Formats: sequence, C-alpha cells, structure tokens
Amino acid sequence: MLYAPWWMPPNAAAHGYAVDTLMRWDVGAMVGCFVLAHGLLIWLLLRPRRSSTAPLTRSVELLPLLLLTALYIAMAISAERVWAHERFEGAAPAALRVEVVGQQFQWYFHYPGADATYGTSQPQLVNAALGNPLGLDPEDSHGADDIVASELVLPIGREVDLQLRSLDVIHGFFLPDMRLKQNAVPGQSLHVHFTPVHEGVYPVLCSQLCGLGHARMQARLRVVSASAYQGWLASRAPHHAEVAAQ
Amino acid sequence: MPATFTRSVVDSDRKRKDPGFGGRPPLDRRPTGGGGGDENWENHSRGRGPRALLIRYRLGVFSALAGDLMFFMALVTAFFFRQSSGHFDPHGAYQLDWRALAMPPILYINTAILLLSSLTMEIARRQLFREVDVMEEWLGLGRPVARRVTPWLMATAILGVAFLIGQWMAWSDLAQQGLFFASNPSSHFFYLITGAHGAHLVLGVLGIFAALASLTLLRRLELRQIFVDCMAWYWHSMGLFWIFLFGMLVFCQ
Amino acid sequence: MSEAHTVPGSSRSRVARIFASLFTTDHRTLGIRYLLLSLIAVAAGTLLSLAMRIQLAWPGIPFPRHGPMLPEEYLSLVTMHGTLMVFFVLTTAPQSGFASLVLPAQIGARRMALPWLNAAGFWIVALALVVLLSAFLLPAGGPISGWTSYPPLSAVPAAGPGQGAGMDVWLVSIGLFCIGSWLSAVNMLATIVGERVRGMTLGRMPLTVWSWMVSSLLILLAFTVLFAALVLLLCDRHIGTAFFIPRGDLVSGQIVGHGDGSPLLWLHLFWFFGHPEVYIAILPAMGLVSGLVANFSRRTIVGYPLMAATTVLIGLLGFLVWGHHMFVSGMNPYAGNAFALTTMAIAVPSTAKVFSWLGTLWGGGLHRTTPMLFALGFISFFIAGGVTGPILALPALDAYLHNTFFVVGHFHLIMAMAGGFAIFAGVYYWFPLMTGRLMNERLGRWHFWLSLVAAYGTFLPMHLEGLAGRPRHYYQLTGSTSSLASLMPMERGVTWAAFVLGTAQLIFLANLCWSSRHGRPAGENPWQATTLEWAAATPSEIFRGPYEYGAAAHDQAQNGAHKQDFTSQWESLREQE
Repeated sequence: MLYAPWWMPPNAAAHGYAVDTLMRWDVGAMVGCFVLAHGLLIWLLLRPRRSSTAPLTRSVELLPLLLLTALYIAMAISAERVWAHERFEGAAPAALRVEVVGQQFQWYFHYPGADATYGTSQPQLVNAALGNPLGLDPEDSHGADDIVASELVLPIGREVDLQLRSLDVIHGFFLPDMRLKQNAVPGQSLHVHFTPVHEGVYPVLCSQLCGLGHARMQARLRVVSASAYQGWLASRAPHHAEVAAQ
Repeated sequence: MPATFTRSVVDSDRKRKDPGFGGRPPLDRRPTGGGGGDENWENHSRGRGPRALLIRYRLGVFSALAGDLMFFMALVTAFFFRQSSGHFDPHGAYQLDWRALAMPPILYINTAILLLSSLTMEIARRQLFREVDVMEEWLGLGRPVARRVTPWLMATAILGVAFLIGQWMAWSDLAQQGLFFASNPSSHFFYLITGAHGAHLVLGVLGIFAALASLTLLRRLELRQIFVDCMAWYWHSMGLFWIFLFGMLVFCQ
Repeated sequence: MSEAHTVPGSSRSRVARIFASLFTTDHRTLGIRYLLLSLIAVAAGTLLSLAMRIQLAWPGIPFPRHGPMLPEEYLSLVTMHGTLMVFFVLTTAPQSGFASLVLPAQIGARRMALPWLNAAGFWIVALALVVLLSAFLLPAGGPISGWTSYPPLSAVPAAGPGQGAGMDVWLVSIGLFCIGSWLSAVNMLATIVGERVRGMTLGRMPLTVWSWMVSSLLILLAFTVLFAALVLLLCDRHIGTAFFIPRGDLVSGQIVGHGDGSPLLWLHLFWFFGHPEVYIAILPAMGLVSGLVANFSRRTIVGYPLMAATTVLIGLLGFLVWGHHMFVSGMNPYAGNAFALTTMAIAVPSTAKVFSWLGTLWGGGLHRTTPMLFALGFISFFIAGGVTGPILALPALDAYLHNTFFVVGHFHLIMAMAGGFAIFAGVYYWFPLMTGRLMNERLGRWHFWLSLVAAYGTFLPMHLEGLAGRPRHYYQLTGSTSSLASLMPMERGVTWAAFVLGTAQLIFLANLCWSSRHGRPAGENPWQATTLEWAAATPSEIFRGPYEYGAAAHDQAQNGAHKQDFTSQWESLREQE
C-alpha cells in the first residue's frame, strides 16, 4: 500500500470521491492564494524604495476582498453539500451493522450475528481475560450469536452502519482510506455510515488522545468480497458461541 | 531591572508630587452611572478630580463583575446541559438521572435578607455623597460621612452574615435529607452554585469589614468613598446574581 | 526617591526598598517582568518540543542520563509544551507584557488605572508558572491529556500516569492563570476606557490599543468560563460529582461513572474559552504589526476605521465559532454546518486585515529594519496559516483532517509562528523603551531569515503529513497495518528544521544580552514614530490620529517647518499651521 506521502492515501469509499474532489479544489485555491500573496510580498520587499506611490483607489483594494469572500462562500456551499450527504441522513435499512467499541488501547468490532441484533452489554461484565471484552450479558439470547473481533472485516460494495461507543475515555475512530473520522464518546452511541468500494487492508487509527497507548491503538480494516465475508463470519460464529455459552 | 530609560523616573516623580485632583472636594454630583466613553472633551478634564478616580474604580469593578457574570453563566449553561443528559436503559428508553430538588424553605427568608442588605448598602452608599457632610469632612471639621455610613454598613455586614448562616442552614437541611454534593446532578448544582455565590459573599462581607476599617484608616476622603462605593456595587451585583440563580434553581428543576 | 528612601545605610529602609521594588506597581517594570516570564516559558516550551522531535525522528533513542522516552513522558511533554506556549507565552507576552510596557504611554496616561491589579496579576501568573513547572517533579510525571484536557481522561486519575497529582497541578496552575489574567484584563480595560488623554478619542487610538481593548474583553468573558469548567472538573475528580463522566464509564477495570455526565459539556465549555483565546493571542499581534507596517512604510495605514472595526468584529465572531473544533466530536452534524458558516464569516475580516497591510506596503516605501522584517514575517505566516483555516473550517474536509498534523501545522503557523514573530517584532521595536538602546540590526537580520526559513521547513511538511493521515499525539509512527512509517524521512526533515529554528533563537538571546549593555543608544524616537509611547513627555492633549506618515509630511516640507515625513500625535495643531 504505497502512496506518495504528500497527499491523501487512495480513496476506497463511495463517498470519498466527492471529498477528494473538494479537497483538491480547496487546497488548490488556497495554495493559489498563498502563492499570489507571497509573490506580492516578495515583490514589495525587493522593489526599490520610492518616496511616494500613488495610493490605490478604494475599489482596487476592496475588489480582492470581495473576490475572496465569494470564494469562501463557494467553498462553504460546496462543502456543506458533501457534509450533508455524508452525515445528515442515516444508513439505509439494509446496511450491514457493526458496533465499534474503543477501549484503552484497543478497538473491538462487534457484529450482531445471524439475528441482526446486538446482545446487551454491561460494564461490570467486561473481562477481556475471560474473552468478554465488551461485557456482553450471557443471559441475553441476542448476544449468543454475536461476534467480537479485533479486526474490522467488511464486504465490498455494501453500505455499513457503524455504531461507535467507548468504554472509558474519548477515542477517535479514523479510517484515512475511507475518509471517515468520528469520535467514540463514552456515554454516547454515534452512527456513521459508508460503503467500501475497493478490496484491501486499511489501517484503523485512534485520532483522539486517549492515554499513554494512544499511538498503538490501531487495528485493521479488511475489505473483502461478499463470499469471503460470509466465509469469515462462518469461521468466527461457532467459536464465539462457545465463549458465550460458558 | 535594567531600566536605564530616564522617562520612567521623571514620571514617577511627577506622580508623587501631583495628587492629581486639582484641589476639589470629592463630590459626586452625578451619583448614578459609572459610564465612561464620554467623548465630550471640553466639559470636564479627564484623569483629574475625585470623580474621575471614582469612575476609574467603578469601571474596574464593573468589568470584573462582567467576567464574574460569565463564570456564573457558564455554570448556568452547564446546569441546563446537564439537566437534559441521560442514558438509555436496557429496554432502550432514555432515562434522565436528574431528580428535581425542592429548595429548602429557608432560602426564601435568605433571599429577603439579601434584598434587605442591598437596601441598607444603598443607603450607606447614598450617605457618601451628601454634599454638606462631604464638605465638612473634606475641610477636616469632623467625620460626618463616616458617622452616617458606619451604622448602615454594619447593618449590611450583619445581614450578610445572617444570609451566609441561612445558606449554611439550607445546606445542613439538605444534608439531613441525605442530599449531599455528590448525590444527584441537581444537588451538584445546588451546592456548587450556592457555594460559589456564598464564596463571593464571604469576600463581600470581608470587604465590608475592610471598608468599615477604611473609614477610619484611609487618610483621603475620596478613597474612603471609593472603597464603600465599589463595595456597594459589588454587593448589589451579588444580590442580582442571587435572584437570578435562585430563580433558576426554583423554577428550572 | 521618595522621602522614606532617602535615609541611607539604614537596614530597614533597604528592606523596604527591596520590598517596594519587588512589589512595584510601575507598569513599565511589570511589562518587562511579564516579558521575562514569557521568555522563561518559551525557552522551556521550545526545549520540550525539541525533545519530542528527537523522539519522533529517532524513536527509542536514549536521552542522556534518562534512557529512551516513555510514551507517557512524550505525552506529558506535549501537554506541558502546549500549556506553556498557549498560556504563558502567546497570551502573556503580547497582551500583558507589551500592554503593560506601552499601553499607558500610547493613550497618554501616566499610569494604569488600577496598577496594583496589574501587579497582582503578574504575581499570580508567575505563581501559576511555578506550579505548572512543578508538575515535572512529581513521581508520576506531568499530565498526559494535552492542553485541552478532554475528560474522562482528565477526570479520572486512574486513566493514565500523570493524571493523578499531575492533572491536579495542571488544573490549579490554569485556575491561577485565569485569575491572574482576569485581574490584569480588568486593569487594561479600565485604563483604556478611563485614562485616555484629552483628545485621544476612540478614532485616534493606535490599533494596538484597539486590540488590547478587545482582547481584554475576550479575557474577561472567556477565561471566567474556563475557570468555571476547571471548577467542575475538579469537582468530578475529588467530590464524586458527574458533570463530565458518563454512566458506567469503565477505566482500568474500575467503574467510575455513576451519573449521566457528558464529556461533550467540557468540550463546549473549553472551546467556548479556547477559540477566543486564539484571538487573545493574535489580536495584539495584529495591532502591533499594523503600527509597524505604517511606520516602516512611512504611510498611514490603509483603512484605519476598517482595521478597528475588523478587530472588534473578529472579537465578537470569535465567540461564535467554537464548534469548529468539534465537528467529529459527536456534536450534531447540523450544528457543524452552522459553525462552519460562522468560521467562514470570521475569515472575511481577517482577510480584510491582510489586504490593509498589503495595501499599506504597496503605497509606501519599505524600510527593511529588523522589526519590519519580523512584521512581514508575521504577515507571511498569517497568510500561510490563514489559507488552511477555511479548509479546516469545512466539516466535510475536517472530518479527514481533524487531529492530524495538518491541524498542527496550521495552528503552529498562524498562532505560534505568527504570534511569535509579532512578539519578536515588538521586542526589537520597543527595546529602546526597556533599555534605552537599540538591538543589533545585523544579528536581528540573521535571526529573522534563519527563523523564517526554518519555521517554514518545520511546519509546511506537517501539512503534508496531515494530508497523508498522520494523527497528532503519536509518540511513535508504528503499527501493524499503518503505512505511517513511510513518513519517517519527512519526520527527520522536520526535526532537523526544528533544530535550526531552535538554534536561531540563540542569536536572539545573544542579541538581547549584548544589546541591553552595549547596544547603540536609541535617543529620542529612534523609529521616527508617531504614537505617544515615543513622546519625550506625556502630553496634556493630543490633536491627531495615530499614523500620520508621508502625506502630511509633504505639506510640511513645503512649508519648510520640518524636514521630517511624519507628524507625531503629540504635536500640536499650531505647530503645523
């Protein structure tokens, strides 16, 4: 997974193309402003000193300001449309649901299993050593077929509805390749959704300072074909059923 | 300090020599306000005269109180934010953990006491600027201003202490009901807000005692006036803050 | 000089004199003390950042007498670096330091309105600095939750090393700082409103004074909110309340959350303070640079009313943009849109200021003195850091860039470097007011050009790293999946540039030491300036605006009255006629 370290890694999510286009335009425009302004600054610094220059008329001074204001408005409108498209509406009902749980310093991915319902979890039941890192309630039948994984495996081309929460402190769920970032806040359950469109292995990072292990709070996102995803689910499901039965 | 720039010496010399009041008696002919921003340069000279000094200190007190108001506003914001935050129970219902807190009845008496103390404080403040007395005291013919102000200040201080005792009784009332600081968000805020306000009033009572002492200790009449005047504005503001905060605690549970 | 001090030899009077000079209320002395305090803080903060850069470029490299840096040590360096720089340098030096030094003189006052408040503010801020630095002496080390101290990490002592006593020390220090800066802001505001000399109308105030006025207001209204937030956090830590800790919060195997607190409440309160804080740091710099640009272009500032209005407008809008730090924090996405709009709105007055400076430079002849070079450096960094502002203000893009090194590069350019260069400009410019001497120009130019190049070398690559997805607060770029390791060459480059940047400051220190003893005597009004801090005596009345350069001089030269190209504020009208 090589990419030039001066731009974003290649996009792998359906909504990311709009983000990338926006980023290219806006960074381009702003670099243009930077270069123009600095060209002017350098010229002003280097030109021979004159005792008096004819002062610019008010309109010449106000025109660039108006132009830039127009640019800001255009940037705001175009970006708000992208944002609205990403966040204002929830995922489609058919979306795959995965719960993402952050804990110092580990991401857990909680699949609801065949019944499509998450088992309830309680903080006092959390015990990673006994194989129950999320504190799933063994008396809740919904939890019996749940899968808890330390990597996020998703089928390509299917929308996924992520439900983010955190057990302890604020974590930042960051998928650079999916152009997705959202904090996982303890006490809150936040939804984000996206559609992966390229197979591959991608990093899952923590973007919000969460303690001394912040830098190593990383996981993997594997985007695989639909059949490989079903195979992975099958390979995980029975194993977890045993744990839950204990 | 390696300052070798001579102008500061000149300045401080001049500062000491020039009392800066133009030898006028400290009369406040416009006893209200505390404005500033007065752009009428011809009618009065800036930075001169006791009134300018009074305005300078009032300005300081009012800007400090503006900051203080923001402190309480932050607590109020947190109050409403916290009131609406809850959690989902296992059945998926949203549960608020806020339990409405019934105000201890003594708080109403306390409020009345505080209002009364504001009244006595205002009377004390008005006594500061009675022209006849000020002239007499300024000319060194006696201490009529101090004599008139002292009882009202004493009354304010006593009422202030009574208010604080009353607040303490309200706290112990709640504590007897088993409601402590950490019991519930509503009690967090009750103790926090009354505590923060009480701390301000403790400072205020200490300030009034200091003002009483200043009536005999401070040599310049205008400084005595300023001290009491500023304390009065502080005290009134604390009364206003309390009415606002108490109203919120009563009506917004 | 006063009678009590004229009895020589008496030990009592010597003690009294030491006491009096220690707790002086002289504003100029306090200004220099504030600046020295900032110098200590900036030196400490710079050393901490260099230690961090070494760890980032060569992970695990052993430090002399210490060994390899532990992750919690790295994070406490991050926290202390940010806290020192934001509070004790960027807030203290331009606002309290320079204002104490020149504000009374610039408005024609002989003293501050409430000088003892200024002195009390200084001592409280100094105490806050000592308390903060004492966190390094704690066995568990300093706090690790960054200068923003998001709970529950900051609310639960078990959440990490340094989050126990270290966090308490941090909270106490910042609480003291709030009180100290609140006191001195009260004094500034009362001084500006009440102490102006006859004739110093609002429309004749130098732009620095406008900036200090707005900044003081921001301090009054913002720091008190932070203080309230600190009180709430201390209650959560020690009294068992639940303002910020949610129910069932599980830290280190212990359930610490017993009520429905919300970490977002802290974010809102903190950033309601945090964003105005940015303007507290940068507004005085803008005012100072406006004055310098006018002075060294020998031309009046373009659009003085516009400059004053934008200062006020930026201050007002500064209270409405805090949510742009919280786009991905769990805040409602609709609110994100609203905050994006206010943030884009604040870009307009900022842009107007840049155009005013460029317009002034355009119309004037540019004198390349050291203060002017640093003022130009400020403008350059303000543009460089400013152009990334509108990008970060857009939620759609911030959802990628938030908490990456793009943000780090952005605020280091616009706040640290622009703010820092303005402080340097101010020191070079007002040095005669402190010592009666000028600083060395040759050393100043070396300092400027090395710093400029090294600062761009340090902070521009950070934007690229951020675009590549490199998050902040990572003590090491590793990970089983992450391709962050491919950024290592760039990390090393940044570290080398940071070293050059740090070393260049030694030139400044040397210049400071040398010039205070052996610098060229400045004489009166060495920069041929128009503002009142350069007047030989405090005038009793003034008659004109602050920046009368160039054009007015033309008429005068024809009249043959003066051979100078400026008219100072303290010159009377009769002289000109």
